[in-house]
Amino acid sequence: MDFSALSPVSLIVSLMVAATPILLAAIGELVVEKSGVLNLGVEGMMIIGAICGFIVAVETGSPWLGFLAAMAGGAAISFIFAVLTQYMLTNQVATGLALTLFGLGFAALLGHSYAGIKPPKFGSLDIPFISDIPVIGPLLFSHDYMIYISLMIIAGVWYFLTRTRGGLVLRAAGENHDAAHALGYKVIRIRIMAILFGGAMAGLGGAYLSLVRVPQWTEGMTAGAGWIALALVVFASWKPWRIILGAYLFGGITVLQLNLQAAGANIPVAYLSMAPYLVTIIVLVIMSSDKKRASLNAPACLGRIFHASS
Amino acid sequence: MNLLKTILAGAALAVGLTGAVSAAEKVKVGFIYVGPTGDFGWSYEHDQGRKAIEEAFGDKVETVFVESVPESADSERVMTQMALSGTDLIFATSFNYMDHVLNVAKKFPNVKFEHATGFKRSDNVSTYSARFYEGRTVIGHIAGNMTKTNTIGYIASYPIPEVIRGINAAYIAAKKVNPDVKMKIVWVFSWFDPGKEADAATALIDQGADIIMQHTDSPAAMTIAEEKGIFAFGQASDMTQFGPNARLSSIIDNWGPYYVARVQAVMDGTWTSTDTWDGIKPGMVKIGEFSDKIPADVQASATAIKDALSAGTMHSFTGPLNKQDGSVWLKDGETADDGTLAGMNFYVEGIEGKIPQ
Amino acid sequence: MFKLERRPTPSNAMVILTPVLAVVLTMIAGGILFAILGKNPFEAIRIIFWDPLFNEVVASYTRPQLLIKAAPLITIALGLSFGYRANIWNIGAEGQFIMGAVAGGAVGLAFYPTESVLIFPLMVLAGAVGGFLWAMIPAFLKIKFNANEILVSLMLVYVAINFLGAMVTGPLRSPVGMNFPVSRNFNEYASAYNGELIANTGLHMGVFVTLAVVIVSYILLKQHIFGFQVRTAGQSPRAAKFSGVNPNVTIAICLGISGGLAGMAGLFEVTGPAGKLSTNFPLGYGFTAIIVAFLGRLNPIGILFAGLLMALTYIGGELAQFQLSVPAASVQVFQGMLLFFMLAVEILVNFRIRFKKKEVA
Repeated sequence: MDFSALSPVSLIVSLMVAATPILLAAIGELVVEKSGVLNLGVEGMMIIGAICGFIVAVETGSPWLGFLAAMAGGAAISFIFAVLTQYMLTNQVATGLALTLFGLGFAALLGHSYAGIKPPKFGSLDIPFISDIPVIGPLLFSHDYMIYISLMIIAGVWYFLTRTRGGLVLRAAGENHDAAHALGYKVIRIRIMAILFGGAMAGLGGAYLSLVRVPQWTEGMTAGAGWIALALVVFASWKPWRIILGAYLFGGITVLQLNLQAAGANIPVAYLSMAPYLVTIIVLVIMSSDKKRASLNAPACLGRIFHASS
Repeated sequence: MNLLKTILAGAALAVGLTGAVSAAEKVKVGFIYVGPTGDFGWSYEHDQGRKAIEEAFGDKVETVFVESVPESADSERVMTQMALSGTDLIFATSFNYMDHVLNVAKKFPNVKFEHATGFKRSDNVSTYSARFYEGRTVIGHIAGNMTKTNTIGYIASYPIPEVIRGINAAYIAAKKVNPDVKMKIVWVFSWFDPGKEADAATALIDQGADIIMQHTDSPAAMTIAEEKGIFAFGQASDMTQFGPNARLSSIIDNWGPYYVARVQAVMDGTWTSTDTWDGIKPGMVKIGEFSDKIPADVQASATAIKDALSAGTMHSFTGPLNKQDGSVWLKDGETADDGTLAGMNFYVEGIEGKIPQ
Repeated sequence: MFKLERRPTPSNAMVILTPVLAVVLTMIAGGILFAILGKNPFEAIRIIFWDPLFNEVVASYTRPQLLIKAAPLITIALGLSFGYRANIWNIGAEGQFIMGAVAGGAVGLAFYPTESVLIFPLMVLAGAVGGFLWAMIPAFLKIKFNANEILVSLMLVYVAINFLGAMVTGPLRSPVGMNFPVSRNFNEYASAYNGELIANTGLHMGVFVTLAVVIVSYILLKQHIFGFQVRTAGQSPRAAKFSGVNPNVTIAICLGISGGLAGMAGLFEVTGPAGKLSTNFPLGYGFTAIIVAFLGRLNPIGILFAGLLMALTYIGGELAQFQLSVPAASVQVFQGMLLFFMLAVEILVNFRIRFKKKEVA
């Protein structure tokens, strides 16, 4: 075994890249769940984002336009979910699962002629001298732009949810939709906005996969990332900052096990891959057992159907 | 308006001609693929083989295929439906279809089956596979010559004989020209997971590998190699488009000639159950064009190896070779027999790490 | 503008009419999809919906196959429906399905090569217990710590998938399988093989057990006090408490039933149609079954038909793939649309649409 080749700096840099798709999808789903809606279709929205972003980036040559298109695509497909669950009052679990099935198929159809193409390269931050400082340079100043943007989105969501009136209203809809409705808030409109935001973020996460991390289009390329994002929201106990911690931890475990293998360590891959899910359950149990703290985080109306009867 | 036309035409057809027109003379050939035809790896190349059949026989054949068929009861059902629909010859192109192929074959003694990479045969089930390890000998030779860091990264899927054979072949060839070479192996436990394959490539590069080989199906590693400015080899298909600078050469699965020959045999009535394990010589394993990044002398020596393997004057596993634990495997000049190769479950001496159990 | 108005009682006519409406809408939307792909839409729809049932060449084979493909979906969905009625959301049936298959399969393989008629019943029992115990984890955490069972059961799916991976590359790997990550073949071990019971149909014991479970569920829900308790727990937890139903017991029973049935379905699937344990045998049955449960409106008879309809789209989809060479993805899209329409039309059962007249001042 040779651990000298394991460089902590490059380990952290590559785990940030591995974590960004799930980080983006998870922050979107967090907002959705805070509004009281459980959308299990993250995987489907991610892959739609991955292909929409890829197609537009390839056709226009601009990854930035690609990312925009991915957000639009993710939001568009989440609109199906929004209409079904908010107007047609369908069950959210079943609708979310259907959305995943539909999204995976639809993305594959869209992408049929886009396999085997290289997308335009996406830029990285490169400040003369500063980006070249050992350790600090690669750790802080030479990531691709989307990594910085993803962190800004987290900060923005945190600010919105905790410091603005809109955030308060959104959380109210998730805590007690009947009370929010009685106070004159448009619960359904709020939830639809949240679902669209969730779709856009999942789409962005998917496009990061197809434009930066892999970068190419192949059918089924999200390979379960959407489900990890769902776990991540719970792990973060619905707190935006903890999404970062969780995403880097989840992404980190994959990257770490691959690196340990490359260094020659013999590790039980299957058992290590279970770890994030087990940790998530433990976090959930600790959080839920403390009633006072649980009520501050988990939205009380999560997954429940709202219909204004009056 | 095209849409409307299609619908109208369709309505007429559905009313009038629901029964398919039977073409008595046509040979019908079915394929089942484990992945999508657009994976640009394993299933893609089998689909190229199907297209080669269409090209070779034109009107005399009809080919059908189903992609992304899980290696489960579903595959048995798809093959049965194909057999019922009058398919004469069915290619099942993944290892785990094995028992299902035999089950269906038992029920349809007149339909012929070809199972890729399997080892169970019957009167109407043939097996075929390619000696990919010959290709790995060639690219191992190139990698050993060209690595500056003396570290080759290898992305492996599952610890099965096929994959272990490839690792050993590449290592032996690289070691021969570069005694200091080391091989770092990462198991991703998947044939197709672009995200993980990309992460694995990054991990290997971070740890000093400057040439990547892979035994997984997606071109993710090639794209990463291109981005990081190191070298890699195409796997299953050529993959040039993913790494115009990174790609040194490639091992291409070239099923076309075999598929065409088997269809011909069905037409001639000469098809019998066989076990085919072909290498470079009949062209089942093709070595992709050498990149001009490879120095001329290495190109020449690699070509010589390729020719020797093709001519049968050289074998990828020629003694003296020891197993990883130091025990003697092959004595000087001895070559490995096919039985040992087919069940290979050990590393040769010099490779570090253990095969995951 | 229109407005939804809750019906005083669910419409019985709509219960029958809405699925038909959904299928018709799917045929139209699906037909457009296939036309865009350049295929004959009428032929495509015929192949998917008609041929598996009535085509003279394939139907004699595909009709029993519909039952075989639907059986695990129906069994799992029936188990889930009890909990869903009581507002207990087990979405981890996939994990329970896997753990049942692993537990039952491991018991069988432990006896290899002993032959005995007792082995298979023991395996079925072990499968049910495996699924049951796996479902008891979210039940316990819900009762003891109030942890959300949706999330716990979902996380446990991924634990189970990785556990299956560890088993087939470790203790349960076949010694004669060339190191491939698969277990021994059950069809080469008579005592552990879930073979066909009626010659040339492929119908195995799991299919008959499924039909029995449909009947038992129907009786339980309609006649038995348990059905009443479950329904009350779902509609009004407070009322349930007053009438002496312990919510914790309801949680344990509902999760237990769904886990046990999923585990048993897993065992039947792995020892019969799949033939061996491997990482690719689960195929997402546990997730598809959730959709089946809702398509069937949590009603045993509804679930039976919903399961058969899902199976029809799978089998018809395969036929369409090789007869019309449509891509596999288009069949997925088609199924997704069917689910969307099925879910959407359900609203007509409980609500009526009222068109608002423009108010004149």
